[in-house]
Amino acid sequence: MSNTIYLKKGLDIPISGMAVQKTKKVTAPDMVAVKPTDFRGLKPKLLVKEGDKVLAGSPVLCDKETPDILFTSPVSGTVTEIVRGEKRKLLEVRIKADTAQEYLDFGVKKTSELNADQVKSLLMKSGLWPAIVQRPYGIIASPEVKPKAIFVSGFSTAPLAADVEFTLKDEFANIQTGVNALSKLTDGGIHLSLCADNALGTPLHKLENVTFHTFSGKHPAGNVGVQIHHISPIFKGDVVWTISPLMLAAIGKLLNTGKYDMSRLVAVTGPKAKEPAYVKGLPGMPMKMVSEFADGPASEIRFISGDVLTGENVGSDGFLGFFDNQITLIKEGNEYELLGWAKPMRTKLFSTSHTYFSWLTPKKRYDMDTNIHGGPRAFVMSDVYSKVLPMDLYPVHLVKACLAGDIDKMEQFGIYEVLEEDLALCEYVCPSKIEFQSIISDGISLMMKEMA
Amino acid sequence: MRKFIDKIKPSFEKGGKFGFLHSTFDAFESFLYVPNTVTKRGSHVRDCVDLKRIMIIMVLALVPAMLFGIWNTGYQHSLAFGLDWGFWNIVGYGLVKVIPLYLVSYIVGLAIEFVSAQIRGHEVNEGYLVTGMIIPLIVPADVPLWMLALAVAFAVILGKEVFGGTGMNIWNPALLARAFLFFSYPSKMSGDTIWTAGVTRYLAEGKAYACGEGLVDSFSGATPLAHPSMDGLAAAGTSTWDLIAGFIPGCVGETSVIAILIGAVILIWTGVASWKIMLSSAIGGLAIGYLGYATGVTDLPGYYQLLLGGFAFGTVFMATDPVTSAQTETGKWIYGFLVGALAVTVRLFNPGYPEGMMLAILLMNTFAPLIDHYVVNGAISRRAKKFKTA
Repeated sequence: MSNTIYLKKGLDIPISGMAVQKTKKVTAPDMVAVKPTDFRGLKPKLLVKEGDKVLAGSPVLCDKETPDILFTSPVSGTVTEIVRGEKRKLLEVRIKADTAQEYLDFGVKKTSELNADQVKSLLMKSGLWPAIVQRPYGIIASPEVKPKAIFVSGFSTAPLAADVEFTLKDEFANIQTGVNALSKLTDGGIHLSLCADNALGTPLHKLENVTFHTFSGKHPAGNVGVQIHHISPIFKGDVVWTISPLMLAAIGKLLNTGKYDMSRLVAVTGPKAKEPAYVKGLPGMPMKMVSEFADGPASEIRFISGDVLTGENVGSDGFLGFFDNQITLIKEGNEYELLGWAKPMRTKLFSTSHTYFSWLTPKKRYDMDTNIHGGPRAFVMSDVYSKVLPMDLYPVHLVKACLAGDIDKMEQFGIYEVLEEDLALCEYVCPSKIEFQSIISDGISLMMKEMA
Repeated sequence: MRKFIDKIKPSFEKGGKFGFLHSTFDAFESFLYVPNTVTKRGSHVRDCVDLKRIMIIMVLALVPAMLFGIWNTGYQHSLAFGLDWGFWNIVGYGLVKVIPLYLVSYIVGLAIEFVSAQIRGHEVNEGYLVTGMIIPLIVPADVPLWMLALAVAFAVILGKEVFGGTGMNIWNPALLARAFLFFSYPSKMSGDTIWTAGVTRYLAEGKAYACGEGLVDSFSGATPLAHPSMDGLAAAGTSTWDLIAGFIPGCVGETSVIAILIGAVILIWTGVASWKIMLSSAIGGLAIGYLGYATGVTDLPGYYQLLLGGFAFGTVFMATDPVTSAQTETGKWIYGFLVGALAVTVRLFNPGYPEGMMLAILLMNTFAPLIDHYVVNGAISRRAKKFKTA
């Protein structure tokens, strides 16, 4: 086992509503949605029309640029609705599920007998290729390239994140299969990062065919981008792939059973979740399936697919994202607070800043809401951001380069190495309330346009 | 209260009757209430700290220096005229002198802030709360109010608003106000008689609010900086303790090192100002101070340089301005060191202009982006090299 990398910077946001490790129910969604918006830069092409019958694993969409990359249905049923947004942008393909689930059979495969091309074509055909994320930019991996290496983060430090060992407790054989298959796609090997506290306790450390790294630190130590930065940074021209343990398990399941089975344990968390726990569900499952967790009327609660830093506000009628295994319920903080900023104490609110007194209660968990707690301003403070970013980068300089649209500067300041999630904490702590993530997102879009 | 605000709010919104006062209304509303806006994109939860909080802490940190300044203004007056005033008399006189400075500073500065926010359609930035707090503390108590008003207007308009407001400015606005006064009205900003409240008027008109028997014989009015030598200090009867506690003539808020240190502790603990800049500035001042002492330029040991004049105030409250100082952590060390070193250098080698702190900070404000540029580029190329060879 290699040496532990200690990351001193970072912040674990003390939000309440951690899920207890038990499966509260198994959902059988009556409706699921396939959402092309889960993938950055995807230009989807519709392969079905309303009324079509599909099986679990049947193609629903494909990538217009690489039509071999298919997006498949997680359930068997009937396409009921195709939801479009502005300029007819495809948002969702809604599929009504049958009561009995039928799977398209991709055939049980022995990994050792497959070559790289066969693995690729199987993944593309089955709809699991999009599970591989390519950096820079965090886009769907290009089947044409051979990445420098593949990185997997074996733990999550995101607020209230689903526990990897618990959610994947029956999947370790599948993960091994997934690792074996993917290791054929790169010469750089598969790099798995483990949390230093639990490096020998987690079943993941028994995996073969991977290079281990251990990290110790607060969030975002569990972000794969931060780990790559310390293991083997991405410079101009490098391409690496990342994949989550959850998706490795799905790939293993595909090879071992021949089924596109995306069922997963989803953590229902957050201050507005009653008795937060896990449910068994599918990507694209509706938030309605967890409405009984909501502590209060749905109009006052924000349903987030993912965690509070990076997740998407899908609304109580929305659907779980492709990559997500967490739902966070928090209160909409659309209330005024009299002289809030001037109060000496605001015991109900958390701040990393010593201008408040939450440093006196380090163990306390807070019922956070979505209030911004201030108005947007220009950058004033300079030292708050680097304290929560364990990367050798200058976040403010990077963000300013993105705002200016200066490609050369963005390159210098490390746009290739980051995704929005890595700078989410900068956004959280920012006293000027600047939206780091959307600025980075626009910056990445600009890079993709200009460098294409 | 809330209901009243909600009722009048529509008329201040775009298209409403008072739509042109939108920013002004918003400023008062958000002053009273933390807004109800929720996160739309990005992180769904946010830290409860905002710039208002940071600025109010900064203002709080200045309060000890301000209170001492009020007292010292009265005390110096009483001393100059040999009045033997009691505490309340001293404070009362100090208030009469200092409050008008604050009124002018805030009324002129905030009016300009509000108007320019309105023109740009921005929210009013709270940055001026701090600038307006500092300006009266770094001028002599006797400065004519119209000059102060002019200086404030200059500093806010040309120092800040033309660059785009708080966060975009290159120079510390409070120091610009002082520099403006210094260069436009040098007779009112230097010399020996301007530092003690009431003396200017006494000399011009032969009277003051309370002048007793006239100036006492021993009165010189000069700040200790005017005679920076052991003999000079001894002749003026200024002990080291006087320098630390601040019983000396000088700008309103800059004399007491103790009051300033209380502010420094608040700023450092809350993380509002950078301890790196404060420490490196002190190191810079000490280094040059002792160098001068060793080479015989001055007979004052180096630590005196930290106690004299505006060094402590500038180091703690103005060099650390997060907008105009260096932004990178390494840059802060360099920046602070140079501020301290330059300030003392000017003091030692330019007898015509003893207070170097103001120009040292303004000069380093100018060079802070350059320091950052080299620090950032250095870090980038170092990193590129490290991984290329590895």
